[in-house]
Amino acid sequence: MAKMVELEKLEKHFKIPKSLFGTDSRVVRAVDQITFSIEEGEVVGLVGESGSGKTTLARVLLSLTKMTGGKAMIDGVDLSKATKSDLKKLRREIAVVFQDPASNLNPRQTVESSIMRPMVIHGVPRAAAKKKAREVLDMVKMDERYLDSFPHQLSGGQLQRIAIARALALSPKIMILDEPTSALDVSVQAQILNLLLDLQEEMRLTYLVITHDLNVIRYISDKIAVMYLGKLVEFGPTEEVTGHPKHPYTKGLMDAAPILDPRLRGRAKELMKGDPGSLIDIGTGCRFYARCKYASPECEKEDPKILSVGNGHQVACVHPLTSEP
Amino acid sequence: MRGRGKAQETLQACLKNGDFMVGVAILLSVFLVAIFSDWIAPYSYTEQLVGAKFSPPSAEFWFGTDELGRDVFSRVIAGTRITLWVAFIGATLELVLGVTIGLICGYFGKWVDRVFSFLTDLTWCIPGTILALAVVTLLGKGLTNSVIAISLVSWASYARPVRAKTMSLKNMAFVETGTAFGESSFSLMFRYILPNVVPSLIVMVSMSLPATILSTTTLSFLGLGSQAPSPDWGLALSNGITYIVKAPWLSIFPGIALVYTVLGFNLLGEGLRDILDPHMKAQ
Amino acid sequence: MKETLLSLEHLSIDYKVKGGYLSAVNDVNMDIREGEIFAVVGESGCGKSTVAHSIMRLLSGGNAKISGSIRFGGRELTACPEKEMEAIRGREIGMIFQNPLDSLNPVYTVGAQVSEAIMLDRVEKQEAMKRAIRLFQDVKMPDAEERAASFPHELSGGMRQRVMIAMMLSRDPRLLIADEPTTALDVTIEAQILEIIKELKETHNTAILLITHNFGLVAEAADKIAVMYAGEVVESGDVFEIFEAPMHPYTRLLMQALPRSTKREGRLQTIDGSVPRILDKKPGCRFANRCPCAEERCRNETPEETAVSETHRCRCFLVPPGQPSGRKGT
Repeated sequence: MAKMVELEKLEKHFKIPKSLFGTDSRVVRAVDQITFSIEEGEVVGLVGESGSGKTTLARVLLSLTKMTGGKAMIDGVDLSKATKSDLKKLRREIAVVFQDPASNLNPRQTVESSIMRPMVIHGVPRAAAKKKAREVLDMVKMDERYLDSFPHQLSGGQLQRIAIARALALSPKIMILDEPTSALDVSVQAQILNLLLDLQEEMRLTYLVITHDLNVIRYISDKIAVMYLGKLVEFGPTEEVTGHPKHPYTKGLMDAAPILDPRLRGRAKELMKGDPGSLIDIGTGCRFYARCKYASPECEKEDPKILSVGNGHQVACVHPLTSEP
Repeated sequence: MRGRGKAQETLQACLKNGDFMVGVAILLSVFLVAIFSDWIAPYSYTEQLVGAKFSPPSAEFWFGTDELGRDVFSRVIAGTRITLWVAFIGATLELVLGVTIGLICGYFGKWVDRVFSFLTDLTWCIPGTILALAVVTLLGKGLTNSVIAISLVSWASYARPVRAKTMSLKNMAFVETGTAFGESSFSLMFRYILPNVVPSLIVMVSMSLPATILSTTTLSFLGLGSQAPSPDWGLALSNGITYIVKAPWLSIFPGIALVYTVLGFNLLGEGLRDILDPHMKAQ
Repeated sequence: MKETLLSLEHLSIDYKVKGGYLSAVNDVNMDIREGEIFAVVGESGCGKSTVAHSIMRLLSGGNAKISGSIRFGGRELTACPEKEMEAIRGREIGMIFQNPLDSLNPVYTVGAQVSEAIMLDRVEKQEAMKRAIRLFQDVKMPDAEERAASFPHELSGGMRQRVMIAMMLSRDPRLLIADEPTTALDVTIEAQILEIIKELKETHNTAILLITHNFGLVAEAADKIAVMYAGEVVESGDVFEIFEAPMHPYTRLLMQALPRSTKREGRLQTIDGSVPRILDKKPGCRFANRCPCAEERCRNETPEETAVSETHRCRCFLVPPGQPSGRKGT
């Protein structure tokens, strides 16, 4: 299988000036030394708490912000060396759907012109674009009569479908879905998740799904990447990561996620203390150090490297958990 | 179908809003007077009636006559055109300047924003009229020049809110998505962001027009705007001051006309703000 | 058995809107006992928040029409004068919201705000601050003393919610209404807050009315559950019983719509159509137009709440009273 996305030590550091006229600034390492890859036709779920850098990573892949180090290959194009025409090709191949249904579409454009817009930019003739707009609307199981509607007339689920339809308009290879169902009700979430999976299988799309909802990520992904304060702490096949988490943070996250069965209420679980804290001026050493109960002096000194533990499972921890107690 | 419903709702909100309706009525009357001024005015505004200098308001000369025996009523009527022209040119210039600069600042940020924001702050530091006086001296006297001067001074009142709104819209998902599928900066600004700024712009325009009209009048009053024999209300006011005791009607009637028009714009603005931008009202 | 603290009987709330009366809440019955967590679950617009706000008499706008009864500790709240209501709010019934930042005053430190609440009971200033810090420790605030001197914007979302809970605790209310208390928080923080709420129930015997859309929270913490749909409670009772064997078609479908396993086990259950906006009540089950098992009668007659067992009630014609149908939601 071909690699669709290949990240090697990808970095995105922000500088925040300390004062208006000062030259010294603090560095926020929002995305730091991320290495993993996504195969063609694979669904990779990216989870992490707020501030873990998952959205920044998505913005780098979408060329919405420039990376500051490392390498990112997307469908054979090196993002840091991309020429204008490379970038144009990439913009056709990567599509995105964001979380908030209400702000995903231009409030002043009709559904039809919203869907047609990407095609118009990339030189698709108007007649063909009009035809394709109807096609993609049909693919997301929406009626043609919504073409003339404005966003404020539609429900959250409908808006999200249209955002997906627009994303499909240029027949992309990769879709980045940033919390696609977080703002939706349970029954609507189920519809959207089913739709996304159907489309993915039919068209062999590659998905990067970002969410904080572990149940959703376990359901939809083939592989899971766990991020903590800008670092990738664990990566591997879904069963491996959810069934045998190796990083204490992943384990804590799994324990914290509510289980839909009151009989399992008394199960053994450890609640993580505290919260992730800030990324500003973060020191060396493992970023999970302060919250980790297995932490030892060496964790504080050195940033653990991400190492393979077999079965395509990788973990960045000095004391990876062995097996389930 | 529901789109029409929304338009209907807005229309109903308009009809219910007292300020808005009174404002519309006032401005409508001003517009009608401006359009039909040639028919309404009994005399030409330059016609000097021999022997009728300083005649007080009467059945023949409703607003009296001035020191040259010109009918004040006819001059006030003719002045409406000038005032509306000032409003139109002023609004257009201020909008073009203010909106473009606001959009550019908000969209590009960084040093572009710093440079232009500094300019904006600078124009706010110097009293408007004094700055306008300087500009008009540079450009030369005249009505159009004084409107240009006022606009060069007051665009900042558009640039700031447009900049703020642009900055928040720029981070909205639909703008990010647009960027992600390859929209150019130009179309992001004018196709995505601008249409969403328009509702608050309409409100801003109708709120700032009175200021523009009054500032231009001030310049005319100071002798830097319209030149004689123009029927400009500001000029008429300044002219009337000389005879304020002897013939108060020379300044009273142009004054009333000015207040009437400005009030119309103010009420319209207040009404529109309530209807289109409830958020601004809360602030 | 513990005593009933709050009981809602035939509570209906209608809003006057253009074109008639919008039925936001219809014929809701609930009994909340001391020291129990009672969860009201439902999708957006089902009326769960309206119920919570009506208890506190916090419904905005004067066009809400309330009928039925809200009895709290032997008093009829719907007939209470506003003055008495003010005394009940905070003192006897506390409430926390989804976004604590809206409920905190940005210009005072959180310690000052909590001690302010304590001082309402005529406590010395210094003593109040001491108690506030102790409350912060009770809600597991890290570095309680230091945090008490912080302003709301300096705290994380989880800590702000802790401050809100501490503030409610300071008056030791008998009932705490928690309206989506963890929705804006990360899962790890959500779990921490949930623990605090559970502890609160154990140590203070406080009854908690938990309003949420998250079935996971209900499964983790609640004793009782009421599932709401389009303004009505469709199913209510013991949490274990309802999770084990949901009876109402809506509850069953909704539980199957939740992702529990992986995609290999098949697609998720969906519910066709959307929640109706009920204008001018008409007879018929409100779920009938989306229900896969709806019959003629469901569209024309209104089902009553019936007892399936002693601890389980359901509003559906297809669930015979007193004898579980045997169909299980899997």
